[in-house]
Amino acid sequence: MFLLQNLKHAYNGTEVLNVAAWQVEQGSQWLVLGPSGSGKTTLLHILAGILQPIAGSVSIAGQDLRALKPAELDRFRGQRIGIVLQRLHLVPSLTVMNNLLLAQYLASLPEDGARAREVLASLDVAAKAGAYPHELSFGQAQRVAVARAVVNRPKLLLADEPTSNLDDERCAQVYGLLESQARACDATLVIATHDQRIKARMRNHYVLGARA
Amino acid sequence: MNLATVSFAYLRARALNTALNVLLLALGIATITLLLLTTSQLEERMQRDARGIDLVVGAKGSPMQIILSSIYHLDVPTGNVSLAQAREIAKHRMIKKTIPLALGDNYHGFRIVGTNPDYIAHYGARLAQGRLWQAPLEAVLGAEVAAETRLGIDATFIGAHGLSGAKGEHMHEARPYRVVGVLAATGTVADRIVLTDVSSVWAVHAEQYGIQDVARIAELMPDEEKEYTALLVQYASPLAAAVLPRYINNNSELQAASPAYETARLFSIIGVGVDVLRGFALVLIVAAGLSVFIALYNALLERRYDLAVMRTLGAGPRKLMALMLLEGLLLASIGAALGIALGHGLTEVVGMALTAAKQVAVTGWAWVNAELWLIVLALGVGVVAALLPAWRAYRTDIAGTLARG
Repeated sequence: MFLLQNLKHAYNGTEVLNVAAWQVEQGSQWLVLGPSGSGKTTLLHILAGILQPIAGSVSIAGQDLRALKPAELDRFRGQRIGIVLQRLHLVPSLTVMNNLLLAQYLASLPEDGARAREVLASLDVAAKAGAYPHELSFGQAQRVAVARAVVNRPKLLLADEPTSNLDDERCAQVYGLLESQARACDATLVIATHDQRIKARMRNHYVLGARA
Repeated sequence: MNLATVSFAYLRARALNTALNVLLLALGIATITLLLLTTSQLEERMQRDARGIDLVVGAKGSPMQIILSSIYHLDVPTGNVSLAQAREIAKHRMIKKTIPLALGDNYHGFRIVGTNPDYIAHYGARLAQGRLWQAPLEAVLGAEVAAETRLGIDATFIGAHGLSGAKGEHMHEARPYRVVGVLAATGTVADRIVLTDVSSVWAVHAEQYGIQDVARIAELMPDEEKEYTALLVQYASPLAAAVLPRYINNNSELQAASPAYETARLFSIIGVGVDVLRGFALVLIVAAGLSVFIALYNALLERRYDLAVMRTLGAGPRKLMALMLLEGLLLASIGAALGIALGHGLTEVVGMALTAAKQVAVTGWAWVNAELWLIVLALGVGVVAALLPAWRAYRTDIAGTLARG
């Protein structure tokens, strides 16, 4: 599904990421493991096409990201990639429903309220469609964030530390949501985490080493 | 869902701040609108009232006072012009026509103007009811006078000495006027005066001569006692403008006043006050622009994660820039719309107050083209205030922002 080759990234001359080669099949589910500072977030950002690596190639769904013009890359990201951020970042002035519609609009896709309601219902937050983010519990907000990430039926679903600060039960729930939602739209799932609890749940691990 | 929805949602989320910015801008715009409307209407009105009158000749005194008293009926006259003097002037070969005016009394603050039918013809007034005067003490009412005093044909009224209509003025009870006609509205000073024959004014003030036969007052009164207050003069040739005023001022006991010159002088005096107010309004608008800028810049800082997230959702940098610009523009358009509406409302209120004081009428139900520029100015302020925030939004570093968040 995606292929990384000779990927390198550095901040201010300090190398933070070095991936010789990593190939992943469509629909597979992966954990990117590693301690803090091992470059997990950097790798995720490169996969999402929001960070340009200093060297190497990234190819997603057969598309070399470097070959895309900036505007094409933005559209590609909006339509093919879903991201769940650690600090959810729902747009606070928009309702839950409008957060989902915003994702459709910004990805240059036609507005599809039925699809948005369907996703909210599958995540059990349909009743909150008219609520503002600050009116949600953390668990509900997390579900909405997942809903926003999958509303455009992405081919690649990325999640950055989705389970940190959660108790065991919640952790299991969130993992289950991501897994089932990825499966529902046949997306490849990549979760970056240092949370050892979900290690046992996923077969595919990609381990980044700690750096000095 | 579109950018306007998002911009609007952000503005609503900061309702208090938005309201403050809109209000600041609206106050500035309203002040300028009020100034534009009142000055343009006053200027137009005063020009219309003075149109076709090249010169006013009155007794020696302030030329401004002669213009204010004889054309606009806003001031007391400087003195009188004897019949002999008036005839002397009228004979001058550079003068095409003179219209005599005899002033002195008012009815409920509306001046009673003794003149001849030329005056009505000059302002293009037509009779709405009744007829013109044919004898002394017959009066024709201007449209506004009739509407406000509710006097109809055959009604009688008593003139009061002076111009103000205040209580305690001497009332000419012995010589009541009778209404014989009402003029249609002309949009000029003719709407706000009571017109009558010159001899009516003589009759009212001639009690001391013991003349009882009012109908024959013009015959019975000795010519040397007859006086006008001023003469409205039309030149026979443009050349007269260079010669006549100086000739009159130097060779008679009269004073010539040019309406064009005096109204221009009046407006340059009022203009100082208008300029001060306009400057104040511009300061308000600049302050509003600054406030919008600070609000948008703070919003940008608060929203840097939102913006980064929007980029991850597929928004290009230009869309984020457009979002900020749109927000500035939305604020400015709401401010402009409110300001223009407020300005027109204020003008209408001022107009009502002026009408109540029987002064020149001003209405809020008018539009000046300069208001278009005012709207452009307001929108420009909104865009300029949003430029830097928009540029910063355009440059949003997605990965860096999210990594810090």
